[in-house]
Amino acid sequence: MARIEINPKLCKGCLYCADVCPKKVIGVTDAVNAKGFQYAVPLHPENCVGCAMCAIMCPDAAIEVYK
Amino acid sequence: MEEKIYKRPAGLQDNINGYCPGCFHPGIGKLIMSVMEEFDLLERSVMVDGIGCVASNMSYIGIDELNTPHGRPCAVASAIKRCSPETIVVTYQGDGDLASIGLAETMMAANRGDNISVFFVNNANYGMTGGQMAPTTLMGMKTSTTPYGRNAQEHGYPMHMCEVLNTLTAPSYLARVTLIDVPHIKKAREAVKQAIQHQLDGKGFSMVEFVSNCPTNWGLTPQESIQFIKDKMLPEFPLGEFRNR
Repeated sequence: MARIEINPKLCKGCLYCADVCPKKVIGVTDAVNAKGFQYAVPLHPENCVGCAMCAIMCPDAAIEVYK
Repeated sequence: MEEKIYKRPAGLQDNINGYCPGCFHPGIGKLIMSVMEEFDLLERSVMVDGIGCVASNMSYIGIDELNTPHGRPCAVASAIKRCSPETIVVTYQGDGDLASIGLAETMMAANRGDNISVFFVNNANYGMTGGQMAPTTLMGMKTSTTPYGRNAQEHGYPMHMCEVLNTLTAPSYLARVTLIDVPHIKKAREAVKQAIQHQLDGKGFSMVEFVSNCPTNWGLTPQESIQFIKDKMLPEFPLGEFRNR
């Protein structure tokens, strides 16, 4: 079972991860972090296949992938 | 058994960095640090930063760092390398820093073939000071100092640093890459790896130019800025390896 962890402290909400995800796992909620960014969250974690494309694309190195 | 297949590189600090959302700068820092970690060089390398957005690396990169006067990282890096040849010395510079103010230092370090690796971030403007025109600004592109667009008569043409340095004899590795999607990021990582490998082998001056974005000063969303790179930047700045020997 693959899963991703997005660190809300480091995310700036550019959503490159959501654009690149082939399974559309990632999205945003109303929650914001300490810097005021609407951070990305795995909305559909059950669909994750662990391809790590979101983590490779993330400029802020906020995503870690487990498989 | 669950296994971590992608992790944050050990060479990065744990706090949030100072770059804008969607900027490629921290992604480039991430690539460099992941290569350093792979080669196990974190303990014996120095990064020399220029002035501008790149100076935000001070709160992002975890290895030893030095901030130089504007445009002079290549000169300082040459000095460090000559005094301490076993240290891996990389510079991290923007286009205003490397191609405008520090052009002489860059050309001279490249012409001497100093054994350093230069990482050059080309985002077509001076990001930190408010988006003024840089030597790499595209023709017709509006910036805060070219409000009617860059024109050749007043401002000249965009500078292509890889092609300029490719006319010299001494450099050993020159490549231009970008970070717009996953395949390109993998190629960019390979180029960073090559540049560090050339330094480890003692071959001389290596430079990787990153065609980067600036969503804030271009006035675009991160997604639109990637489209702008594909449509406008890449035809002007073709990607590829210019020299590898």
